[in-house]
Amino acid sequence: MSKHKMTQLKALEAESIHIIREVVAEFRNPVMLYSVGKDSSVLLHLARKAFYPAPLPFSLLHVDTGFKFKEMYEFRDNFCKEIGVDLIVKKNEDAMKKGMNPKEFGVARCCGALKTQGLLDALEEGGYDAAFGGARRDEERSRAKERVFSMRDEFGQWDPKNQRPELWSIYNGRIHEGESVRVFPISNWTEMDIWSYIREEEIPIVPLYFAKERPMIERGEMLIPYYEENKDQLLEGEEPKMVMSRFRTLGCSPCTGAVRSSASNMDEIVIEAAAAKRSERETRIIDHGANTMEDKKKEGYF
Amino acid sequence: MAKLNLDLTKEIELLRLVTVGSVDDGKSTLIGRLLVDTKGAFEDQLLAVRKKKGETKIASASEIDLAMLTDGLSAEREQGITIDVAYRYFATPKRKFIMADCPGHEQYTRNMVTGASTANAAIILIDARNGVMPQTKRHTHILGLLGIPHLIVGINKMDLVDHDQAVFEKIRDDIKAYCAKQGVKDLTCIPMSALDGDMVAVRGDNMDWYEGQTLLETLEDLSVLDAVDEQPFRLPVQLINRPQTADLPDYRGFMGTIASGTVKVGDEVMAAPSGKSSTVKEIVTFDGNLDEAFAPQSITITLSDEIDISRGDMLVHTGKATSDGKELTANVCWIGDDPLTNRKKYMIKHTTSSVKAMVASIDFRRDIHTLDREDADELAMNEIGQITFKLQKPLHYDLYADNRVTGSFIVIDTFTNNTVGAGMIV
Ligand SMILES: Nc1nc2c(ncn2[C@@H]2O[C@H](COP(=O)(O)OP(=O)(O)O)[C@@H](O)[C@H]2O)c(=O)[nH]1
Repeated sequence: MSKHKMTQLKALEAESIHIIREVVAEFRNPVMLYSVGKDSSVLLHLARKAFYPAPLPFSLLHVDTGFKFKEMYEFRDNFCKEIGVDLIVKKNEDAMKKGMNPKEFGVARCCGALKTQGLLDALEEGGYDAAFGGARRDEERSRAKERVFSMRDEFGQWDPKNQRPELWSIYNGRIHEGESVRVFPISNWTEMDIWSYIREEEIPIVPLYFAKERPMIERGEMLIPYYEENKDQLLEGEEPKMVMSRFRTLGCSPCTGAVRSSASNMDEIVIEAAAAKRSERETRIIDHGANTMEDKKKEGYF
Repeated sequence: MAKLNLDLTKEIELLRLVTVGSVDDGKSTLIGRLLVDTKGAFEDQLLAVRKKKGETKIASASEIDLAMLTDGLSAEREQGITIDVAYRYFATPKRKFIMADCPGHEQYTRNMVTGASTANAAIILIDARNGVMPQTKRHTHILGLLGIPHLIVGINKMDLVDHDQAVFEKIRDDIKAYCAKQGVKDLTCIPMSALDGDMVAVRGDNMDWYEGQTLLETLEDLSVLDAVDEQPFRLPVQLINRPQTADLPDYRGFMGTIASGTVKVGDEVMAAPSGKSSTVKEIVTFDGNLDEAFAPQSITITLSDEIDISRGDMLVHTGKATSDGKELTANVCWIGDDPLTNRKKYMIKHTTSSVKAMVASIDFRRDIHTLDREDADELAMNEIGQITFKLQKPLHYDLYADNRVTGSFIVIDTFTNNTVGAGMIV
């Protein structure tokens, strides 16, 4: 019987470090996608651990939609400077010039242009053959089958029919010229693991994750952060008010909801995560128009 | 707010599981039950699969269509996506579980091998009305081949056989007899009703004659690391760390995940294939240097002497070398679309090294139904056989039965770059 014991967070950590190192060993030009959120913060922390005492052997890439919370930009710039990593910021300038936004064009089109196309263009421009991402399999049902190494063709497209089986901890990183791979080192982490690890390792995160009185718009069960600059997000009859709240996940400010919470430190956040009844995805997409809401209702959304 | 002892969360261990069963044995129901009873599923996810539409609260698990919770399958069929392994997560105050959920139908061998390759324990489901079926034997054989340390047989749907102790005991004795022949070491049989929840997370009132642990208690008590830290030390080198910064101009660290065993500062180690020895100077981590490290930690080692080591080499304790050679015989499970044929060339990835390999002989194919050996001149998708490969350069390995990390490899098709085979060295 074994005399050593390894906690589950340390086991997950070791697995993630193993994956990150394999990618650096087998790919010519990897990059780490950095969204400034909690999952990215954990991913970056793991990467620093993997190569210590050497600096990161790759850059961070932030695909900026221009719609992120200002607290996220502040945090990103300060933190990257402090730890001395190379940060590349890319935007889909074309779409931004045309005034792309979720309210007029719809969430799907806006995400498609600013996030997806922005990312594909940035990856192509950088000539990266591997891109680390912070996706987790517990986030939603469709992600449960995602591989750790996820192959992309020359157009950056995913072919779910053609996924490579992953056996033991042996990853097959062979690709043809022009193909690339998305790598998800924290596939096996749950939301609870992420919070517990941030707490244990004292990983700095954006202050929006901690509860505070913030101006919010209440819409149905959703709490939408209110900013003076975008008064036009108010629908008829709505008025902003101060609500003790925090964010479980951070995306673009017009599309990310907050939750009512008084958890203002890591201990309280972990306790809240353990008792959470709803998945974090629930706060992710906010409906801006009548149509999308109706579509969702048809599928049984309440 | 729920009371949670935060310091206790630090004690939680990780157990990797695989669940297998034939269609309709109740696998989805069981996984749904585990997720609900351990709160591994959120309310909004549960509401989406409730039986009565319109409710906004879930009063009990019986209101949920448990199988729906895990079946992304109908959508998959519509889209024509390969139906393959999905991963689920749940936790108790003692443990976190990663469960590979392998569909029981088509391509089950390929899926099972994938899902089981990383598992510490497997749950096999049997429908109590049917008893041990040929496919139960097949599944058990494959799990045995993959060296899963702990096998749990869930004898399910006990509610449909009046919770009859005699039915359970008959099936238990049958499967025990079969497992003895397969070399299975640790076997546990549990009567259960995944639908009602009896003996899954709670005991229920229907099977008081059963004195063993519930499924969840069993899963919480299984040994996680087994004896992997007591086996000989193996560190497949992933990368060489050479910061070449102003503070660390000459630093050379060997980075890798310990495959097995323990290493201490001052230990004499040898690098394969060069055979050169040195002593461990430091065991480096971001959190500070360690005196001792064990499997499966990811670490960096520095040595007292400058010896030539590169990716694909293996650090071992002097005198505790691996086997090595330019020929490799293994049980191979074929998962590629095109069959493996004699003299065909592939790439083999073993730990961190990749070598060209040629099929030297197909020693035999295992009839997956009778488990007999038969002559064969190819190995098609989902077939298992013993293959001997000729390697372009020697590999340093252990037998799979002794070491699941240094005894396993994948076979890669050099034309498509796909992973086409899973090898277990014999
Ligand atoms: N009576 C009874 N029915 C069960 C039990 N477990 C599963 N079932 C039923 O058996 C059928 C097949 O179950 P499912 O979980 O879909 O099987 P899978 O194909 O193995 O995933 C469903 O109708 C379930 O409701 C059980 O313990 N008792």
